[in-house]
Amino acid sequence: MTIALASVLEIHPQVAVRPEAFGALAYHYGNRRLIFLKHPDVVTVVQALHDHPDVQTTLSACGVSQDRWPSFIAALTSLETSEVVREREITR
Amino acid sequence: MSAKSLVEEMKRGLDAPICLTWELTYACNLQCVHCLSSSGQRDERELSTDEAKKILDELRDLQVFYINIGGGEPMVRRDFFELLEYSVSNGIGVKFSTNGAFIDEEKAQRLAAMDYLDIQISLDGVDAATNDAVRGEGSHAMAIRAMDNLKAANFGQFKISVVVTRHNVSQLDEFKALADFYGAQLRITRLRPAGRGADTWHELHPTNAQQREIYDWLLKHGENVLTGDSFFHLNAFGEALPGLNMCGAGRVVCLIDPIGDVYACPFVIHDEFKAGNVRDEGGFSKVWKQSDLFLSLREPQSAGACASCGAFDACQGGCMAAKFFTGLPLDGPDPECVAGDADEALSVIARGSAPKPGMDHSKPITLTRKKLPVGA
Repeated sequence: MTIALASVLEIHPQVAVRPEAFGALAYHYGNRRLIFLKHPDVVTVVQALHDHPDVQTTLSACGVSQDRWPSFIAALTSLETSEVVREREITR
Repeated sequence: MSAKSLVEEMKRGLDAPICLTWELTYACNLQCVHCLSSSGQRDERELSTDEAKKILDELRDLQVFYINIGGGEPMVRRDFFELLEYSVSNGIGVKFSTNGAFIDEEKAQRLAAMDYLDIQISLDGVDAATNDAVRGEGSHAMAIRAMDNLKAANFGQFKISVVVTRHNVSQLDEFKALADFYGAQLRITRLRPAGRGADTWHELHPTNAQQREIYDWLLKHGENVLTGDSFFHLNAFGEALPGLNMCGAGRVVCLIDPIGDVYACPFVIHDEFKAGNVRDEGGFSKVWKQSDLFLSLREPQSAGACASCGAFDACQGGCMAAKFFTGLPLDGPDPECVAGDADEALSVIARGSAPKPGMDHSKPITLTRKKLPVGA
């Protein structure tokens, strides 16, 4: 899946996130993988995904400046591949 | 952030361990000659069920995602399943190591019905002769029966865990085939001179030529074979093996022993590497976060005699436990340094003069005295 600013995401329900000085550790109870979130801002964004309608709104709400958005899209794409985040079903 | 700086971050320690081993008991039905914890007899100071649950509560609050349970043979504890279920229901996945003696058909089904559970069956030879020479008579059959039962119960992917010795290096391909047959994952780890292994390491550890064989074999099999990142001393051969290239002791790794003592890693059961006890005020958290030992292990470590070696970045000087129990200085080469830089130092250390493992729960040896011939 390609992540875009309009993507609607959430933390995978089988993933636990533990903050650490360098960012956070994420553990996927399903595939038992340990994943490193290597920047505190990425952690903030990942944890806020659920509270906002899409990625762009999340990035703005977390105070991430627009010039950094491409790197966050890249980070979220990689986190989607490792199943730390996933597409959120939109409930109406 | 690059991978390298991530490793630097990890060296400064984490808020909670990511690889916590908890030996539940020193009791064991076997007497493996290389047992890291010199297990055999139960220690009467063993943590009670309630105490064990309190630790699990604490680990849950620290967000420890999973624990590695071992022993001794953890399944000899009567509350084994109770603790397993308590752990998993608190969001702490469990991987436990067993010799398989107690995995009968019924237990296999019970285990197969649980989530977030990994099982590691110990096996040190594909044939009974090779395995039983190290793990004791009948232990090969015991492990195979357990694996058959797990397979029949559709447990899914368990692990076959092999300690690599000079007698089974040549069997690596066969171990892999055996794992494939069972739909299991192969895990091979390094033999450490810890526990009873301190007495047998000199005879059992792979030769230098075999170390090269292990390295080449691991490079070929990549991430399909687990190693617990235990072979990073071999990175000095060249390309880095998969995994964290660092000693995790007290930084990302620790051991809780059956009586609640907390050590820097499972291979250093010795007072020098004891950080505290979970029964102390403040519990495990305080030991992990504040013990002098762990804080000092998180400080930058000196490369010592290895500083001038071009391979130091690759091998990091190897394993602290391996150096300690062979009597080598901690800031020098690993006893299995692939460049041979420890050979001279090792050769002048008198056998028996290296530090002795801290606790011994081995069963007393029963001496069967042969009758002397009449008239002798």
